[in-house]
Amino acid sequence: MAIIERPTTTPELIAPATPSSSLGALKRPVSTTGWKSWLFTVDHKKLGIMYSATALFFFIVGGLEAVLIRLQLAAPNGKVLNADLYNQMFTMHATTMVFLFVMPMAAGLANYFIPLQIGARDVAFPRINAFSFWAFLFGGLFLNLSWFLGGAADGGWFMYAPNSGPIYSPSHGIDFWILGLQLTGIASLAGAVNLITTVLNMRAPGMKLMRMPIFTWMQLVVQFLLLFAVPVITVALFLLSFQRNFDATFFDVAAGADPLLWQHLFWIFGHPEVYILILPSFGVISEVIPVFSRKPLFGYPFVVFSGAAIGFVGWGVWAHHMFASGLGPVSVAVFSIATMAIAVPTGVKVVNWTMTLWGGKLEFTAAMKFAIGLIVLFTIGGLSGVTHSVAPSDTQQTDTYYIVAHFHYVLFGGAIFGLFSGFYYWWPKVFGKMLNEKLGSWNFWMMVIGMNMTFGPMHILGLQGQPRRMYQWTEARAGEGFFNLGFWNAVASVGSIVLSTGVLLFLINIVITARNGKVAPLDPWNARSLEWMTTNPPKEHNFDTIPTVSHLDEFFHRKYQEDAHGQMVQVKTAEQVMKELEDNADAHIHMPSPSYWPIVLAAGLPVIAFGLIYSIPIAIVGGIIVLFGAYGWSIEPGTAPDDDFDPPTTTKDVVHVG
Amino acid sequence: MSNAGYVRIALILAAITALEVSTYYVDFGPLFMPALLIMMAIKFVIVVSYFMHLKFDNKLFSWVFYAGLILAVIVYVVALSTFHFFS
Amino acid sequence: MTADTHADEHGSHHTSTGLSNNKLGMWLFLGSECLLFGGLISTYMLYRGRVGAGPRPSQVFDIPFTSVSSFVLLMSSLTMVLAVSAAHKGDDRNTYLWITVTALLGATFVGGQVYEFTAFYNEGMGFTTSLFSSSFYVLTGFHGVHVTVGIIMLMSIVGVMKRSKVPGSKAETVEMIGLYWHFVDIVWIIIFTLIYLIPA
Repeated sequence: MAIIERPTTTPELIAPATPSSSLGALKRPVSTTGWKSWLFTVDHKKLGIMYSATALFFFIVGGLEAVLIRLQLAAPNGKVLNADLYNQMFTMHATTMVFLFVMPMAAGLANYFIPLQIGARDVAFPRINAFSFWAFLFGGLFLNLSWFLGGAADGGWFMYAPNSGPIYSPSHGIDFWILGLQLTGIASLAGAVNLITTVLNMRAPGMKLMRMPIFTWMQLVVQFLLLFAVPVITVALFLLSFQRNFDATFFDVAAGADPLLWQHLFWIFGHPEVYILILPSFGVISEVIPVFSRKPLFGYPFVVFSGAAIGFVGWGVWAHHMFASGLGPVSVAVFSIATMAIAVPTGVKVVNWTMTLWGGKLEFTAAMKFAIGLIVLFTIGGLSGVTHSVAPSDTQQTDTYYIVAHFHYVLFGGAIFGLFSGFYYWWPKVFGKMLNEKLGSWNFWMMVIGMNMTFGPMHILGLQGQPRRMYQWTEARAGEGFFNLGFWNAVASVGSIVLSTGVLLFLINIVITARNGKVAPLDPWNARSLEWMTTNPPKEHNFDTIPTVSHLDEFFHRKYQEDAHGQMVQVKTAEQVMKELEDNADAHIHMPSPSYWPIVLAAGLPVIAFGLIYSIPIAIVGGIIVLFGAYGWSIEPGTAPDDDFDPPTTTKDVVHVG
Repeated sequence: MSNAGYVRIALILAAITALEVSTYYVDFGPLFMPALLIMMAIKFVIVVSYFMHLKFDNKLFSWVFYAGLILAVIVYVVALSTFHFFS
Repeated sequence: MTADTHADEHGSHHTSTGLSNNKLGMWLFLGSECLLFGGLISTYMLYRGRVGAGPRPSQVFDIPFTSVSSFVLLMSSLTMVLAVSAAHKGDDRNTYLWITVTALLGATFVGGQVYEFTAFYNEGMGFTTSLFSSSFYVLTGFHGVHVTVGIIMLMSIVGVMKRSKVPGSKAETVEMIGLYWHFVDIVWIIIFTLIYLIPA
């Protein structure tokens, strides 16, 4: 439906929406309130919230899976999980955290903030955006159905052959895993096309690429990584599914195949994937640190180019996950050197963040604490990563808890801390309320202490020989003295409870903020970028008038200007800047209309998947739903025409806001 | 480009295809592999540049497409190398 | 569709680069498809020599037949570009004509593939016969599915255009389908050379 400006005080001027029809039968959805407005929305902000809420739910699921693992390993001869269930638990913990939490959470932030940061009103392909969300949701749910239908996937998140084949994994768990990931892969690929087109094509006038906020820049790199990496795992997943379901032998040694083919395909995806996981968080803290240092980001071009460099070089290191697989010395040496090289651009970023902090007027809000936490914890994880790059050393470390320590420092201390920084930073804009800062501080410290208690000892456990994916440990193997593995396992398990409590504090913070949180001003942090130049929450059309951009940190430069002495002084408040926008509001704004087709099309996909596992006729039904959805979509205009409305909307009917 | 131009391109492509097929029957000696790969590449570039209009369009399209193509070639050639495919 | 300004039939989108969203999106997608087919081609190249007890490529491939098939697909690219040309000129009749011919040529190609696979099967080359056969069928099968999807899109666009139900620019829609179609053709250019013409 075309949105006209609707003044809240004169309801008689609101044109009743008479929806046009979809496929000549159903009326197009038009609701602006209620559950239908969420189900059929194409608004990037609503979709961003749905992505993030779903991701948060899966964070809890993945966290519970982790706690069960730690309970099993807390004491010798653990009886919490048997070996089979343990295998499922670590497989699903990792799969959930990587694919159903971190990636969609970053997608949620990207969806919400990229259009706002570049001065756009929505993304390039709003219906594809909606489709991506529903495909992700259905994929994530489908994947987890396996728990109830014979057992979850149990081959590890990297699903190596031969464990992944039908002999060693006869349940349907891996089939659910494969198809669930294909669905979420489709979501990611569509999202990548969408967001790249958005960033390149939908920037406000004057928003040159080198004036974009770093969060948007890092997301642009991430989308290119997704664009090119997802097809590779798609191939791997197809080959595996053909092996499991049609007796192909792609990874079966007895048939003359090479199981390393799987490893290569998986890690050619898998290594860019870890940069996909971390770069959004790097982007978040590149926003947060300057704001709470009251300084512009140090070395903006270096931060941009190092991000691009990481994206680039990240394609050249995948076989460092395969150092012990028998590649041979030449391959190992090449990948070892490439892996050392990739530490450099990240180091550049750390220098730039540190130099931003240096000499700044620091405000240690919760968002800032999490941002600084990322720098410290990611650096620790990065250092252990550098030790892995030394291939002979890695031969001892690989497949031990030392690796588990590394990736949890970079993923939890890095990616997740960055996301939490983003939550505290952006919550006021999205929900109009401030998350409680005191609780935020407790949240942060519990998570820091919990994280280090859980994953710190794993360095010791690993170097002392505790392998990964081992469902039980015994006193006999635990050793003595300082390196008693039992002791450190117990510490790690207690740490996981502390960590969980920290996360719980965040959830409590959400609830108490919703109930009686402090109402947020327009610009609570005195921020720098365009997403803050909006109402709380932003209006459906984001900006009353699209701003013309003349600076990096455009919003900051509208508030502050150089005086005669070259000092930056405040010339306008945020409210005054907003008033200027409202006074120049566009007369006639067309927004993309809600639509049934994205969710219909997305709904057909899990039906196909279910049918492929259990019964082909069901798959055919799913296929028909998909075709029906595609057809309806293709003949529906993105924005419903004005003539559909009764009375028809024309320019003279439009009322200005304010 | 005019329709006649497109037909001309198609005829060139057909001729190169015929030449490619001829490598199956005629002994090219050590030139066989390079000749075949070069002809394949030329056909590829002709279709992309002229039929897909990439030569005449904004360079951004070329960048995103060739980035994907070159990345694919490099990554998969390296992977195959680890299997000693080229020795 | 872009928010804020409508894209008229004749005007261009108001985008930062001046380029069409749909066109940029399609080229990005085609870039990603290179990684997809690259993976399938690499799998085939790795496994092409592993024939086990089954037939070798040189024993089953019928080069003359496949050459004709390749020629048919190549010509379909010509007819596709003629369709796009007609669409840009607003010549509906010729647009429908050339799109239909393209779809027919595509269908001929797919028909040829089906015939070829049936013949291979009868000669003892099933899907699971050997690693060579599995990788061959997966690669060419994926390609065939892409062609089929292309044919469905071609026939759909004719149907939708005839009922004047195309939202947005008709010429651009035809051009987008054209880009997809040509891509499917260039993948075959690679497959035909690497799989059929390099003896194994």
